[in-house]
Amino acid sequence: MDVLSYFNYWAVVVLMMLGFFIVIARANLVKKLIGLNIFQTSVFILYISAGKVIGGSAPILSDDVTLYSNPLPHVLILTAIVVGIATTSVGLALVIRIHAAYGSVNQNDILKQDQQC
Amino acid sequence: MELLVNIVLLILLVATAGALVVVRGLLASTMLTSVYGLLCASFFVTMDAVDVAFTEAAVGAGVSPLLLLLTVAAIGRGEPRPVGALPVLAIVLVPVTAALLIIGTLDMPPFGSPDAPAHTHVAPRYLQLSGEEIGIPNVVTSVLASYRAFDTLGEVLVIFTAGVAVLLILATPGQRGSARPRYVPDNHRDPHTILQIVSRILIPFILLFALYVQFHGEYGPGGGFQAGVIFASAIILYGLLYGLPTVCRVVRPAVVEWLSAVGVLIFGITGVFAMLSGRPFLDYSVFADDPVTAQHIGILVVELGVGITVASVITVIYYAFANQFETAES
Repeated sequence: MDVLSYFNYWAVVVLMMLGFFIVIARANLVKKLIGLNIFQTSVFILYISAGKVIGGSAPILSDDVTLYSNPLPHVLILTAIVVGIATTSVGLALVIRIHAAYGSVNQNDILKQDQQC
Repeated sequence: MELLVNIVLLILLVATAGALVVVRGLLASTMLTSVYGLLCASFFVTMDAVDVAFTEAAVGAGVSPLLLLLTVAAIGRGEPRPVGALPVLAIVLVPVTAALLIIGTLDMPPFGSPDAPAHTHVAPRYLQLSGEEIGIPNVVTSVLASYRAFDTLGEVLVIFTAGVAVLLILATPGQRGSARPRYVPDNHRDPHTILQIVSRILIPFILLFALYVQFHGEYGPGGGFQAGVIFASAIILYGLLYGLPTVCRVVRPAVVEWLSAVGVLIFGITGVFAMLSGRPFLDYSVFADDPVTAQHIGILVVELGVGITVASVITVIYYAFANQFETAES
């Protein structure tokens, strides 16, 4: 088994798990969103890695190129990145509102305040 | 050589993500996010995904850290160390999930092999026939704006909806729209003279570059999504250095809010236009007799709609966040 041919997948797994760890282990809501972003980017990296053909070229047609990488993952991820930033900003907007309502963005403080009510 | 660059970039990405796990303090985390975005964009270039790299460079290294910064500025940057036990659940759950995922990867086709299943289904058709059918060199644009245009319409709608959601969430009583900046006298407390002069020279070129990316997206890397983000980043740069009231005088919030809907409408009407002539939704062949010219016109119009929506939604989101920050400041 060639380790190099799995290196990209394993890097994706490590990145995804680091993002996952931040999401569940950190109490700060902004930090959770950053973790979610890393998680999301790891999926992007998986898709783009799957689209790569070794020796291929960027999928812009030209007479002197014969081998291209797969354009389909590029299309999917290109739109996903912009959708990602739009949804992240919704999350951040919610964080600002939570801060205005609770005076904290720490998950534990917020839960404590909710229990007191 | 290509593979070596790939490995180095992935190691750097993992190191940055690791630093994000360790580091405390939201300001440092935001800066690391920016580094992460830039590394990611470089990685996409080595993977031949030039269009994606373009977007990630503008979004991951620029807009996303900026929104984080504005949020941190509005809520405070502290991230106190947790008192009490280690997050046991996370420490157990993460390695178990990782192990399961790694077992899963062993069934994947080797990286970069040309006969992997992903490369044998629709991709060869796009690569072989899009030149004749659509007549433009950039296959990514062909797929985005023609073969899968319906999909793209959905994405644009999601972006538009996210913009509306941010407006609704951050709306304050008695205020309509994304920003109502109070008039700030010209003697701004903290004039960034050097940055202001440099940006004054840079901004016209950034705007020009955005237009180039928009209208040259059929021949090289680029298109509506990238151009929209780059255009918005020029407006945001101006706003950062000259203050929200100044940028709102140049680019009025009410106008951008309208434009974010106009972009979606341009895209949608293109589709309905085809239906009125008795063709399927988003069939570009109604625009001209020659099918290739028709595709050209259709792609140009649709990409314009995407560009307008993306640029204005990002600007609206920036206005809404900057407004919060300026309110928190006073």
